[in-house]
Amino acid sequence: MKVFMVGWELPPLNSGGLGEACYGLAKALSKKGVTINFILPYNLNIKSDFMNIMYANEKVSGKKILGPYLTYSQWLKAVKSGSVGFHDYISQVLEYAENIKDLAKKERADIIHMHDWLTFPAGMMAQDVMSKPLVAHVHATEYDRSGGGFLNGNVFRIEKDGLERSDRIIPVGGRVGKTLVSKYGIDHKKINVVYNGVEDPQKPCITPALLNLKKLGYKIVLFLGRITLQKGPDYFVKAAKIVSDYYPKAVFVVTGSGDMQTQMICEATNLGVVDKFIFTGFLRGVEKDSIYQAADVYVMPSISEPFGITALEAVKNRTPVIVSKQSGVSEVLQNSLKVDFWDVEEMANKIIAVLKYKSLPKDLRRESVREIVNLTWDRSADEVLKVYKQLI
Amino acid sequence: MIFCMPSICLYFQVHQPMRIKKYRVFDIGKDHNYFNDSSFTALNNKNILEKVAKKAYLPANELLLDLLKKHKNFNFSFSFSGVFLEQLKKFNPALLKSFKALVKTGRVELLSETYYHSLSFFYSLPEFESQVELHDKEIFDLFNKRPQVFRNTELAYNNDLAYWADRKGYKAILAEGWDTILGWRSPNFIYEPNIGQAKKGKKRIKLLLKNYKLSDDIAFRFSEKRWKEWPLTAEKFTSWINRINGNGEIVNLFMDYETFGEHQWKEHGIFDFLKALPEKILEHKDNNFVTPSQAVEKYPVRDTVDVPYIVTWADSERDLSAWTGNNIQRSALKNVYELEQKVKKTNNKKLLDDWRKLQTSDHFYYMCTKWFSDGDVHKYFNPYESPYDAFISYMNVLNDFKLRLKEKSKGNCAGRIKIVE
Repeated sequence: MKVFMVGWELPPLNSGGLGEACYGLAKALSKKGVTINFILPYNLNIKSDFMNIMYANEKVSGKKILGPYLTYSQWLKAVKSGSVGFHDYISQVLEYAENIKDLAKKERADIIHMHDWLTFPAGMMAQDVMSKPLVAHVHATEYDRSGGGFLNGNVFRIEKDGLERSDRIIPVGGRVGKTLVSKYGIDHKKINVVYNGVEDPQKPCITPALLNLKKLGYKIVLFLGRITLQKGPDYFVKAAKIVSDYYPKAVFVVTGSGDMQTQMICEATNLGVVDKFIFTGFLRGVEKDSIYQAADVYVMPSISEPFGITALEAVKNRTPVIVSKQSGVSEVLQNSLKVDFWDVEEMANKIIAVLKYKSLPKDLRRESVREIVNLTWDRSADEVLKVYKQLI
Repeated sequence: MIFCMPSICLYFQVHQPMRIKKYRVFDIGKDHNYFNDSSFTALNNKNILEKVAKKAYLPANELLLDLLKKHKNFNFSFSFSGVFLEQLKKFNPALLKSFKALVKTGRVELLSETYYHSLSFFYSLPEFESQVELHDKEIFDLFNKRPQVFRNTELAYNNDLAYWADRKGYKAILAEGWDTILGWRSPNFIYEPNIGQAKKGKKRIKLLLKNYKLSDDIAFRFSEKRWKEWPLTAEKFTSWINRINGNGEIVNLFMDYETFGEHQWKEHGIFDFLKALPEKILEHKDNNFVTPSQAVEKYPVRDTVDVPYIVTWADSERDLSAWTGNNIQRSALKNVYELEQKVKKTNNKKLLDDWRKLQTSDHFYYMCTKWFSDGDVHKYFNPYESPYDAFISYMNVLNDFKLRLKEKSKGNCAGRIKIVE
């Protein structure tokens, strides 16, 4: 079986979960004998030994690609400041569609598989040329990125067009699947939820600096993710304030970067807890694993999270997890603590409980590790294959 | 030997715990009422009792009273937990009255257990004995009966418990008729616990074992459409009983009373089944019903059953793992039981009562993570969002309790008692 996979980014040149998820899925599919032509918009010079990476525009390289997570308000800001042209946001996406034509004419495939709205115009273009079944993978919708606030009408239109055109849609969680039905008017019969998988950590090792803190009896509460509206960093700060009132020996580590970082620092300063915060910036690989391992509890207070792979990464690193009920991962991770993202008191209550009652993290750790044994890309690939087979 | 048809021995467990409300760390030191949830959730004890009374207890009582009137040879037994009776007195006197009416017929035996529906036998013998005394006193006060047969919380049983009950003069004790303790033997006979020879001239306590296959056909499988015997009729059930003819003398059907109307619904025909059962059973003139103490009078002991380890009526393991299987459960149990001496030294009634209410086995059952992700019977019975939520509220409450204890200990013993935080 041959799949024409239309992507936007791949690690190590990724800005978040989209690239990681595409990579994990493609790798597992190729292990099952699927031949994958993975298309990227520009020449990013990425090597792979299990799939053919192709560039819709071979000649252009190093061009700054917009991250897949820009919200409408961020986009407006960027346009106003002049760093991005008015049409850049959409134009890169449309350019991709224009450029993919030639590749699609040359290549053969049984399935066209696209990932999120950035690739939808290109995927639809490929279908025009190749006349093969079209699969849309939905890692996030405009509703998730904007946290239910300002929607970008153009993005919404592109999403809706792509979804309507697709023969099958694969959302990464039940919640986002429901959004597709209720907000985009998609027929639920076209939808197959496939949860993401997670890789084992590379090495178990702990960052020495944090180890020193831990030796002094401090407990580490971790926020890891893009510091953007969608991830609920402001709720994390509010909960941190309450926690430190009741549990003075708690330290709050923030790993990641994003447009709300300044706001987060200001908020922590206003609440008088900024001295309890450590900002590490964006981490990947072993460094990321070591911060998970240093943490006594990982908190994911996302406002709207189609899946939330970081929660599973935390479990893989044997860290107890608190997730918002507004996340896809809360559907598959029963052995976690769950809170509504807005209920900062309950979030604090649960953080304190994990720090205070030693048997609680012990059982959370043991049971959650056991629970996610089957959440692998291998299993996700099996389910995606099932969808493919129904189409050809 | 002449074989007769078996006797049916019915025992219904009637219990509702005092569930702990959602109690946050911020409530510690401020709110000392742990059991007064007033939300619309399943933690609202008053609401739950009202709901179950309407769906199960009241219609079942009415039906049983009719059956007692109609069939002179029909009888059965109840075991009430003290915390259940306490809630009846407070929230639903009408229901208490209806239970009293049943007992007044003289054909409903009442069994003995711990007032607080606790597993205290395995943690503190003096505490356990106090709770049994409290229970039997409450039964006497409300029903004017003195229980002669003992059943422990969750039917948790071993040789030691049988030895204790024997010494206390109980005539019989109940346990699960689990295969591993019986081996090739059948639960349909009267047995004797393995606790050595009786003193001269004294009768030894007897052991009644639950026929879990037939009991669970009613309690668990009745509404299960995938079960090959569905739908279960009184006729079919009676034919299974009659088949025992010659292979047993007594069939012990032990189950939660909530089976009738709460676990199995009226809409699925559970009341029709119960209504028809005595008549069908008694159609055969050799068949009869006995209460536990009648059973041990009527039939001889056939063998000795040795139970050196704890056997309960829960889950496929039939052990205590549903209450003590994980770290959060064990730490909660340890934390509550280690307060015993300090609580008792205060001589404070309210503290003692709260502490005992925190021992009710259901609190620990709600913390069970066994099979949690598969979502089975544990989830069905859990009023909390997760076992971890149950644990968090419990530990926060216990910390508030410790503060109160510290306060009271200061007054009584001039600060000599140090409370472990």
